[in-house]
Amino acid sequence: MPIDVYLNVAVAGILTGLVYGLMALGLSVIFGVVRVVNFAHGEMMSIAMYLTVLLFSGLHLDPLVMLVPIAAVLFVFGYALQAGLINPFISRPEHSQFLLLVALALIIVNALLILFGPDARTVQTSYAFDSFQWGALIVDATKLYAGAAAIIAAALLFAFFRFAPVGKAIRACADNYTGALVVGLDVKRLYALTFGIGAACVGAAGVMMTLIVDVTPMIGPAYTLLAFVIVITGGLGSMAGALLGGLLIGVTEALAGLLFTPSAKSMFAFAILVLVLLFRPQGILGKRSI
Amino acid sequence: MPRRINITRRRLLAGAAATGLAAPSIVRAQGTGARAPLKVGVLLPRSGFEASIGQDCQRGVDIAPAILRSLGLPELTVMNADTESNVDVARQRAEKLINDGAQLLIGAFDSGQTTAIAQVAEQKGIPLVINIAAAPDITEQGYKFVFRNFPTAPMILGDAFENQMELFRIIGSAPKSVVFMHVNDTFGTAMAKGINAVMPKFNVPYKIVDEIAYDPTARDLSVEVAKAKGSNADALLLVSRLNDAMLITRELVKQRWTPQAILSMGPGWYEDQYLKTLGKLSDGPISFVPFEDPNKKLAKSLQAALAKAYPGLNLSTNHVYTFEALLIAADAYKRAGTSDPKGLADAIRTTNITDNVSIGPGIQFNAKGQNDKLKNGAIQNRGGKLATLAPKAAANAKPEWPMGSYANRT
Repeated sequence: MPIDVYLNVAVAGILTGLVYGLMALGLSVIFGVVRVVNFAHGEMMSIAMYLTVLLFSGLHLDPLVMLVPIAAVLFVFGYALQAGLINPFISRPEHSQFLLLVALALIIVNALLILFGPDARTVQTSYAFDSFQWGALIVDATKLYAGAAAIIAAALLFAFFRFAPVGKAIRACADNYTGALVVGLDVKRLYALTFGIGAACVGAAGVMMTLIVDVTPMIGPAYTLLAFVIVITGGLGSMAGALLGGLLIGVTEALAGLLFTPSAKSMFAFAILVLVLLFRPQGILGKRSI
Repeated sequence: MPRRINITRRRLLAGAAATGLAAPSIVRAQGTGARAPLKVGVLLPRSGFEASIGQDCQRGVDIAPAILRSLGLPELTVMNADTESNVDVARQRAEKLINDGAQLLIGAFDSGQTTAIAQVAEQKGIPLVINIAAAPDITEQGYKFVFRNFPTAPMILGDAFENQMELFRIIGSAPKSVVFMHVNDTFGTAMAKGINAVMPKFNVPYKIVDEIAYDPTARDLSVEVAKAKGSNADALLLVSRLNDAMLITRELVKQRWTPQAILSMGPGWYEDQYLKTLGKLSDGPISFVPFEDPNKKLAKSLQAALAKAYPGLNLSTNHVYTFEALLIAADAYKRAGTSDPKGLADAIRTTNITDNVSIGPGIQFNAKGQNDKLKNGAIQNRGGKLATLAPKAAANAKPEWPMGSYANRT
């Protein structure tokens, strides 16, 4: 096999992994602060994907232009969801939270199925079939744009949590729930903001993902599972870990497909998960719980 | 407290008059041999990763009643069920349909799901007419209630190689090497095994330089296509589904590789959604598949009915064989004169329909319940339409070879 094939596949894996990372970032942010595992994560991404398809087919709006507006819509959706539905469940047993979010996931999948039917929908942008060539390296243009957008979105998120007062307050809630209450922080509002930010992340990832894959109502559960694999590998609650996990899974899937058999791509991703759980249960960049 | 009914002379007369008016219509119905419609459970993957094809099969169901009526066949009551593209769900839905009163089952496009349904049908003694499923094992189990009007994987492959040789003779050229990509589900695996078994029997001018199996639910096939491209093969040989066919095409364009030919031995590449979604990029692939004989009278009726119900759609394998499954059911019900499952199964076993839609001499079943007389067609995508290239008797166009470069189409 020519060496350029390995190079091309590795680059494609990195770019896909970046988008995976952005998607998983939302899950990690939500869990890291609210301590709720969002089992409707992939399904929320499919909402963003359908919004992208609708705006593209109806108004011919380019997905890259719609990135921020759709992320904002998902932010509102996430905020309302946390404030109206999930906040009352915060102090309830974990299985209640689990069932609530699984129910939400099922509702989203079936609502999308009723609204849009089972057919795959796609966004055919003018650059949908473009690729850039540098010598033997051929890079898929859509994956490059998606990867770049994922890096920018992740950088903005890091900056927000590092420097913005609200971001610092959210981190305070994550570090010490009682302490945050004692100093007078409105924890429930901050939780809703966090869920909104996580949903915005997954919304941005969904917009990017429509450039790479077709959307169907059934796409959500597979991405929920993928997001879990990524955040557990990278470290649940760690933002850098989510990005690293995404990259690792993206590149592993790509190279395993090339070096072994494409049928075994997912097997290798899950093998990494098993290894991490065995030797570093807190994830690659996760903090060990006491 | 029980209600007391007062029967007056006036009420009695009115009741008698009503009975008198109704009686002739009952007699009339008996006189013409009208009977309750046969309850037919149609199992298709209406959701899940095969949803598009399941919905396409459903169109074959939707256009059937008027045609069956015009052929003088009895009415059918269709009971729809969704297998959700899942083997376990298919089994559960088959059981539920039978419990709900289905007297005959039809389905289910996918070999894995159909295998599960066949087990239920046989166990419960309810006839199953398979519309589409190619895994040969299904009709090798000695089942008494399972009938298949669709070629098995070895039949498809044998015909496919015959049709390929016919095409190579027509164009005076052939690829020297191919890379074989196939889905790794029941159908894809059966076809892959079949190719290795059947290919040596034909003097095929090419050799398979690499075999790439992949997950039919894959979201991204860039690695698979990169690997295929890296093999430097002349052409692509494929056994795929719809979504993966579209993904592969996109990757071929992005990775700047136009093989000499795309030779498909499964669904996906000729389907309407493929043609519509990819537009100009859909032109060129040649599919070797069970297909309609456009010269048959009933094929023309089916085309007209489809054009009326779904303007702009091409008649596909999904419509043809799903319609024919209903045709078999209605024909058997008419001849059997009963909805008794055993009587229906006996009638299906003696089916002899020569006025049908698919390529071949017609619909008959052998002792195993398999229609072994079906023939494939070679069809090529041309400007959003399907041209039949082979067999000669059903051909309506000459092959375009090699494929036009993707680079000139974007």
